[in-house]
Amino acid sequence: MTNTQHKSPPNASGLISDAKTAGKISIRNVSKTYDPDGVNVLALDDCSLEIQAGEFCVIVGPSGCGKTTLLNAIAGFHDITSGQIDLDGELLCSKDKQAEPGADRIVVFQQGALFPWYTVLENVVFGPSVQGKMSGPKAKKAAEDILAQMGLQGILHSYPSEISSGMRRRVEIARAMMNDPKILLMDEPYRAMDALTKTIMHKNLLDVYDRSGKTVFFITHDLEEAIFLGTRVVVMTTRPGKIKKIIDVDLPRPRDFRILASEHYLELKKEAIESVHEEAKKAFEAGERELA
Amino acid sequence: MSAISLFFFRTKLWLKSPTPYLTLLGLTLLILLWWLTTEVWQLPRFEKLPGPVSVFKEWVSKDPSYGISIYMPEYYGHIWRSVLRVLQAFGLATVLGVTLGLFMGWNKIFKDYTFPVMEILRPIPMLAWVPLAILMWPEREMAIIYLTFLASFFATTLNTLLGVESIDESYFRAARCLGAKERHIFFRVVIPGAMPFIFTGLQISMGVAWFSLVAGEMLAGEYGLGYLIWNSFILVQYPVIVIAMVTLGVIGWASSAIIRFVGTLLMKWQTRESS
Repeated sequence: MTNTQHKSPPNASGLISDAKTAGKISIRNVSKTYDPDGVNVLALDDCSLEIQAGEFCVIVGPSGCGKTTLLNAIAGFHDITSGQIDLDGELLCSKDKQAEPGADRIVVFQQGALFPWYTVLENVVFGPSVQGKMSGPKAKKAAEDILAQMGLQGILHSYPSEISSGMRRRVEIARAMMNDPKILLMDEPYRAMDALTKTIMHKNLLDVYDRSGKTVFFITHDLEEAIFLGTRVVVMTTRPGKIKKIIDVDLPRPRDFRILASEHYLELKKEAIESVHEEAKKAFEAGERELA
Repeated sequence: MSAISLFFFRTKLWLKSPTPYLTLLGLTLLILLWWLTTEVWQLPRFEKLPGPVSVFKEWVSKDPSYGISIYMPEYYGHIWRSVLRVLQAFGLATVLGVTLGLFMGWNKIFKDYTFPVMEILRPIPMLAWVPLAILMWPEREMAIIYLTFLASFFATTLNTLLGVESIDESYFRAARCLGAKERHIFFRVVIPGAMPFIFTGLQISMGVAWFSLVAGEMLAGEYGLGYLIWNSFILVQYPVIVIAMVTLGVIGWASSAIIRFVGTLLMKWQTRESS
């Protein structure tokens, strides 16, 4: 059975900010079927999960297990077939109501979605500017502050195509943070990166997380990344996607790369690998059956 | 590096490469072949054509035999009339075509209404429109501009539509996440995102505008380079035909270059990418 019982995120170091009042996601009995060719495909099957405010929740599972489906439902990109999702106790979406995309739940996309026609600065002020929340100069000042905090002050007037992919990812996170979202939805943001760039990205993201205490919903295939970043790692089954196992990652924060060699990290990694491998094998065999 | 020193650096590199010399050689060979076939060997089929020497002499003559040379105001009169017609037709086609294309790409329902109509009208060759154009516009001037406009309009509309459809879905999603309303998406995602395709479309549109203009002027004109070509043929003033043809080539090339230049100014994000 799935373990949906909530455990509060570990706070061993006491460094996580206390502003964890917003950003609680309750996923209750959510299912989603697609029927692209008149054949029903069950993508999500009765998923229930409580994500606490300020939690770094990582979702892992084989390709096509419905991770992105779940993220898209929270973001408001599509509807769900049954069940409901609440954000801070208020109904976000159900089978009758698709969520509206909004600045309280910002998505960081797999391929990156900085607008190539805007400079870094113009990208970062986009949110407050279209929402009419801040005056031009005020938004510019805030954007400069956020970019400086992330070590990106030298590239304000560069276009996305002129900076490295790692920088682009950080700018995209800065663009999200400008809106003070309740939750960051990250869909395999570091997938296409080399291992070294990834470690820098991780450090950077953890800095932002530790400082802001935002809820993070993070999808990945990379189990090392999952354990290194997450408060909890949720393993999903192969299609139809169900929640198979939840691993509590009680490693102290702030974390750095030295943790990767610790006994406890390796134990957790082993647990995750065993659980995911089983599903990957099932998915692979199902794929072979389909081809046969 | 500043833009100017970069420009000089690139020019220096270009002068060191074989490209400019090969370009020059290619042009020289073409003119040489033309000269040999027409004026030296006078090969069958070529003997009636004007050769480069007679064309050049006429072109730079202070007292041209047929009244058209770089010293004659009539020459510039014809050029000006043609340029003015193209500017009017191209300008109108750009305003209407870009607007229509943007809306078609942005709004599915609007596209469902308009796209099939476009697709049926678009393949009709411009020359087939000539009789209707003359019936519609009793003044010849308007008929010519109308024909020129039609060709440009279809090219611009279609490329603008393709431009909007080429924009990656994730930009729309990102904009909505950041709180953008439909009007923000239109002005901040749809328009800049379609810009590269729009400018490709404008290049094509400019090309077909000159094409239709010459066809229109040959049939119904009283001035203009197309008229000059046809009239010189009837009056057996053959060198003038070639003068007008080369003039069309140079102006066509210049108008494309202007569009490219405006495009690079408007899309710094693309130009800088390649540098």
